Amino acid sequence: MPKRKDIHKILIIGSGPIVIGQACEFDYSGTQACKVLRKEGYKVVLVNSNPATIMTDPELADRTYIEPITPEVVEKVIRREKPDSLLPTLGGQTGLNTAVALAEGGVLKKYGVRLLGANLRAIKKAEERDLFKKTILNIGLQVPKSGCAHTWEEARRIVEQVGFPAIIRPSYTLGGTGGNIAYNAEEYEKYIRWGLSLSPKSEVLIEESVIGWKEYELEVMRDRKDNVVIVCSIENLDPMGIHTGDSVTVAPAQTLTDKEYQLMRDAALKIIRAIGVETGGSNIQFAVHPENGKLYVIEMNPRVSRSSALASKATGFPIAKIASLLAVGYTLDEIPNDITKKTPACFEPTIDYCVVKWPRFTFEKFPQTPAELTIQMKSVGEAMAIGRTFKEAMQKAIRSLEIDRYSLDDRRVDRSLPSDRLKDKLRHNGWDKLWYVAEALRREIPVAEIFALTKIDPWFLNNIKDIVELEAKLVAGKGRLPEKDLLEQAKQYGFSDKYLASLAGVPELEFRRHRQGLGIDCVYKTVDTCGAEFEAATPYLYSTYETECEAHPTTRRKIVILGGGPNRIGQGIEFDYCCCHAALALREIGVESIMINCNPETVSTDYDTSDRLYFEPLTFEDVMAVVEKEKPDGVIVQFGGQTPLKLAVPLEKAGVKIVGTSPDSIDLAEDRKRFNQLVNQLGLLQPESGTATSYDETLQIARTLGFPLLIRPSFVLGGRAMRVVHDEESLKACVLEAIDVSGEHPILIDKFLSDATEIDVDAICDDRHVVIGGIMEHIEEAGVHSGDSACSIPPVNLKPEIIAELTRQTKLLGRHLQVRGLMNIQFAIRDDRIYILEVNPRASRTVPFVSKAIGVPLAKLAAKIMAGLSLEELGFTQEIVPTYYAVKEAVFPFLKFPGTDVLLGPEMLSTGEVMGLSDNFGTAYAKSQIAAGNTLPTGGNVLFSVRDADKAKAVGLARRLRALGFKIIATKGTCIEFIKNNIPSEFSLKMTEGRPNIVDAIINKQVDLIVNTAVGKQSILDSFSIRRSAVDRQVPYVTTIRGAEAVVRAIETLKAKRTTVKPIQLYYR
Amino acid sequence: MRAALLLEDGTYFAGRAFGARGQRCGEVVFNTSLSGYQEILTDPSYHEQIVTMTYPLIGNYGTNPEDGESRKLFAAGFVVKENCPYPSNWRNGGTLADYLQQRGVVGIEGIDTRRLVRHIRTQGALRGIISSTETDTQKLAEKLREYPGLVGRDIVKDVTVDRPYEWNQGVIDVSQPAGAHRTGIPPARHKIVAFDFGIKHNILRLLVSHGCQVTVVPAQTTAAQVLARKPDGVFLSNGPGDPAAVTCAIDTVKILLGQVPIFGICLGHQILGLALGGRTYKLKFGHRGANHPVKNLDTGRIEITSQNHGFCVDLDSLADKDVQLTHMNLNDNTLEGLRCDRLQAFSVQYHPEASPGPHDSQYLFQNFIRLMDTRAA
Repeated sequence: MPKRKDIHKILIIGSGPIVIGQACEFDYSGTQACKVLRKEGYKVVLVNSNPATIMTDPELADRTYIEPITPEVVEKVIRREKPDSLLPTLGGQTGLNTAVALAEGGVLKKYGVRLLGANLRAIKKAEERDLFKKTILNIGLQVPKSGCAHTWEEARRIVEQVGFPAIIRPSYTLGGTGGNIAYNAEEYEKYIRWGLSLSPKSEVLIEESVIGWKEYELEVMRDRKDNVVIVCSIENLDPMGIHTGDSVTVAPAQTLTDKEYQLMRDAALKIIRAIGVETGGSNIQFAVHPENGKLYVIEMNPRVSRSSALASKATGFPIAKIASLLAVGYTLDEIPNDITKKTPACFEPTIDYCVVKWPRFTFEKFPQTPAELTIQMKSVGEAMAIGRTFKEAMQKAIRSLEIDRYSLDDRRVDRSLPSDRLKDKLRHNGWDKLWYVAEALRREIPVAEIFALTKIDPWFLNNIKDIVELEAKLVAGKGRLPEKDLLEQAKQYGFSDKYLASLAGVPELEFRRHRQGLGIDCVYKTVDTCGAEFEAATPYLYSTYETECEAHPTTRRKIVILGGGPNRIGQGIEFDYCCCHAALALREIGVESIMINCNPETVSTDYDTSDRLYFEPLTFEDVMAVVEKEKPDGVIVQFGGQTPLKLAVPLEKAGVKIVGTSPDSIDLAEDRKRFNQLVNQLGLLQPESGTATSYDETLQIARTLGFPLLIRPSFVLGGRAMRVVHDEESLKACVLEAIDVSGEHPILIDKFLSDATEIDVDAICDDRHVVIGGIMEHIEEAGVHSGDSACSIPPVNLKPEIIAELTRQTKLLGRHLQVRGLMNIQFAIRDDRIYILEVNPRASRTVPFVSKAIGVPLAKLAAKIMAGLSLEELGFTQEIVPTYYAVKEAVFPFLKFPGTDVLLGPEMLSTGEVMGLSDNFGTAYAKSQIAAGNTLPTGGNVLFSVRDADKAKAVGLARRLRALGFKIIATKGTCIEFIKNNIPSEFSLKMTEGRPNIVDAIINKQVDLIVNTAVGKQSILDSFSIRRSAVDRQVPYVTTIRGAEAVVRAIETLKAKRTTVKPIQLYYR
Repeated sequence: MRAALLLEDGTYFAGRAFGARGQRCGEVVFNTSLSGYQEILTDPSYHEQIVTMTYPLIGNYGTNPEDGESRKLFAAGFVVKENCPYPSNWRNGGTLADYLQQRGVVGIEGIDTRRLVRHIRTQGALRGIISSTETDTQKLAEKLREYPGLVGRDIVKDVTVDRPYEWNQGVIDVSQPAGAHRTGIPPARHKIVAFDFGIKHNILRLLVSHGCQVTVVPAQTTAAQVLARKPDGVFLSNGPGDPAAVTCAIDTVKILLGQVPIFGICLGHQILGLALGGRTYKLKFGHRGANHPVKNLDTGRIEITSQNHGFCVDLDSLADKDVQLTHMNLNDNTLEGLRCDRLQAFSVQYHPEASPGPHDSQYLFQNFIRLMDTRAA
């Protein structure tokens, strides 16, 4: 059946900012959709608030709205664009929920917009738990006993049926937000009430516990002629009870016989038909009782999901692309398989390798939250690895995580841990449980016992046991390099050189020479969707230790691009965006692009982004192996964030040509002493500073410099363990943590500039020119991590002479650092004096934002410079200062980390970003807030509770808010200040001062906006509950006075002007 | 313990032995199913074939008493990347290695199976010898030279039963609690004679579950003997080797055609094709797996099918015959199904009984019932 002729213009809703549970995978799916639908001749209109996505590149859609994803805003887009169709299934839960809201609100009907892929009824059948359950029972399948509650009373009745432990899942939330397991009545009530408040529909599902059951997922595709195929099966290593996003998962299913697998397949087919997803991909989760095989259907996503991205990467079957083609009417047999070219897409991929996905966590950034995995997702990213065996894939996955672990080693396991404590570790779901499993196996605790404690299938445990036993053989040879047979086996088991070298007690390079001397090198095999049954046309490769290599490098001019690995706070989609642009740029100038990355969520690991894709860990060993095989003309390390940058020096030492800024220049910028000299030589300013390796040294420096100080480890991204310290009392804990994180490198101590304005500048450089990409004025003062602060292009408050001076200094530094490619400088301005905080001669997190703000693809230009072109040749020699405002705002995962304080500081905590665009700053900022989920009120009650230093400014803001019709509430000190200044203000108690207090007011929904700033340990402690309840109750809040100024300005604009939408393509004219 | 696999073109793979000790010659083929190794090993169609699994981790869920497809193991040898010595599954009754060893099948593991598969893909199916007793290339090559290969040989006679028997078990439903996996059987409405050219049990189970009273007969049974049983329908089973060499069965089917409704699967399909005047030929490396897309030309629907065949009915040879093409393979456009309405016979090249594989095509059993119903009416 050919494509539908009644469709002309399709609206696609993206998933917005990266948050836990919704990451780059929806950029991957949306990008595939935009590309293929345009290729088919449809007009594509896209709405997505996230500028760091490839899908929001102006070339990808006909009209791209970087606007907040809310039903109101999307309605404006619909009114303006008049699409005839909406494809709701590619933008994650956000896209789907927005589409549902538009459909239910009558907007789609009003404008004659059809839903493609899944209609409203199907979406509701899959998403509304009660309806889902009925549908499943009707087709003869089973679900856990459950009930749906909208009130506490209903919930109380349901638990009598379900019993304890009871699983609580709020409906329509992302990544299982608010999901909990209640073991008793007290917990139950607490979780129910929380869940009801979190669900946009005030609906929670209460379910019989299937904790400890085996967990499976199937990825299903259906076309309009009712042809259905299973793309991939996934078996979770972690049993039910741990969110699948937080579980180690394996493809394909390992421990099901064909009869059992086919039952599951039959069930999946029945489910997709009964739910009525007309076309496209769905993901269905199952639980299987480990002792009798009883099969429960757990849930279904009637859309492309995180698992779809994983399944696509695991099999080579591009689910999102095919789903898009099916949505416009094609059938599976009409679509060719991209990889084989000759066979159609209406088959079920088969694989001849094992895939392991491992989640990456950042609990260290949220120390107040217990580091325990539950049914609510907490991981911020994931790595995937491919190997010929589970053992190999698993060990590759571990080193792909980049958490300084290279095996299930015992370095971080307390070997003297008493055995009952060890068993406790096995009973609990820590993120690092598998290291304790390995330790238990080392202590010869039987697999059966470990299974009883962990419910991890013995198949996985026995595989780990194989690894541990081989490790014991290697340890037994300590001090000696392993012989050929043993080493070969170790490599086949996925052991890294780094870990093997440490077991043998020799440096990695020496070990590497030994290995290569024995002729043991990896080979590359192809991901081909068909287990080698047909020839593959696409070089999508992974390494393994076998006898035949399929890499067949070309003789073209070629450059390797190193990706960023798993997403984490501080290093995410922004860097993947840059890597993708590098690949596109190289293609444009006829240079072969070779991507190395291990993050399955990304666009960069799509097999058609680059000419050749190596799905590999980003370690020295794995990168060198590719380089030795491909012999590229150069390697790009400056786009993937800190991960590849760390490899620059070792790679160069090994003779690899790093293109772009030289590793020596990188070192000049990163090395404190060398950089200080350069700054002095250029006559520029830096905050006074020192370096130390111990607390005593730090104290010495602290006394010389005076407080406040900024303490940080070197060589980290995202401000890990970075703190502003105001007194000696709090110095010690902070220094010890920084020393720990810094490892062998010294920690850095800077004089902290209080109340300074922070500026980010991105620039692009070649041999002759340094061109400013964008000057970003931070909204929050210096001291808030640049990744966590909002910022504006162009600057709002800077004097022209300051801007000129920033430009001069940027050019000076660019030239002296001999940057070739991108550079980012952070400045602080206080009293009209400009201080250089740091210079990063690499792509920064802000590159996509700046590129979208000015309409110039900076990363692409930079890649071309690295390949030898000049800015003149590229036609970019003049800074573009937009005539409109682009505001970036950060998005935080605080809701997922109960108990965590939300005060911003030098350690980055945000997971994603959004952008607001408008011809005026107020509206642009307001849009950024709405897009970030901080929907600003235009009336109601504002609570002020601010530190002394901010009181004067707070008075001005309160006065303006009064003028806008807001009522002011304030805590004691602030209230007194307001009254003194003749601002009528209602006094409220703090939590520690008695009741009813301000937290009661927040819970009772009597507060519409919160301005809370705090400094000093006691004050922060006192006001913690205000901020936390604001987050938990989703009341808009701001924790800096400068942020509050911007908020007030935004509210003024919201009240004064109608907010309109406009596609970026029109901004760039 | 070492083991070796040598191909007729001299390609040699050294690996580790598992399963039984010994040497066997056969045609080396690969199967791309991710699961179902026990069904594959016991499928008589693999007689004289050394089977390589493309999925590298085999044996994960062990073996059990229910998943066998015949009375014994027929594969001549088994080739895997990694054999699992610690299976895990609630129905597991023993390791794959023990299963092979007790039933006399030689296994080899630890070889680059993808290399082997790519070799077969480019060179075509090759004769080979698997050995866990002798690994010397020269000696193995000598032995391999004596092996005649499959073309032109009737090897159905090696796998068929000696005498007729009744089959009376229905399909197995493993979703039921242990001990209750056998499902209830509907009352028999049709009498079937099923030719055993190497029949898989799941075909018989499905026939019984569809209301058939099934008598299984040896391949050499004559048309007269069949008709003497007054069947409502005749089933032609799957089986090993070159269909053109099974001349007695082809002649029998020629006689039966028009006298009784006929349904054929795999080799049964090829024999029907030959009986209808078509030709068969050997595919380069065959179709073996559980993911092959087949288009039903009557409905336009796509079925994901289980396949296992090295020979194929030549499409062109049926051009001038009174035969409708009903199913096509979408990977390579080969014939997957045919029907002759006048003679009330139909057949498919693939395996609607699955086991292993998807259940998309089980409606064909219903079609057979309907055909017999029409005939009765």
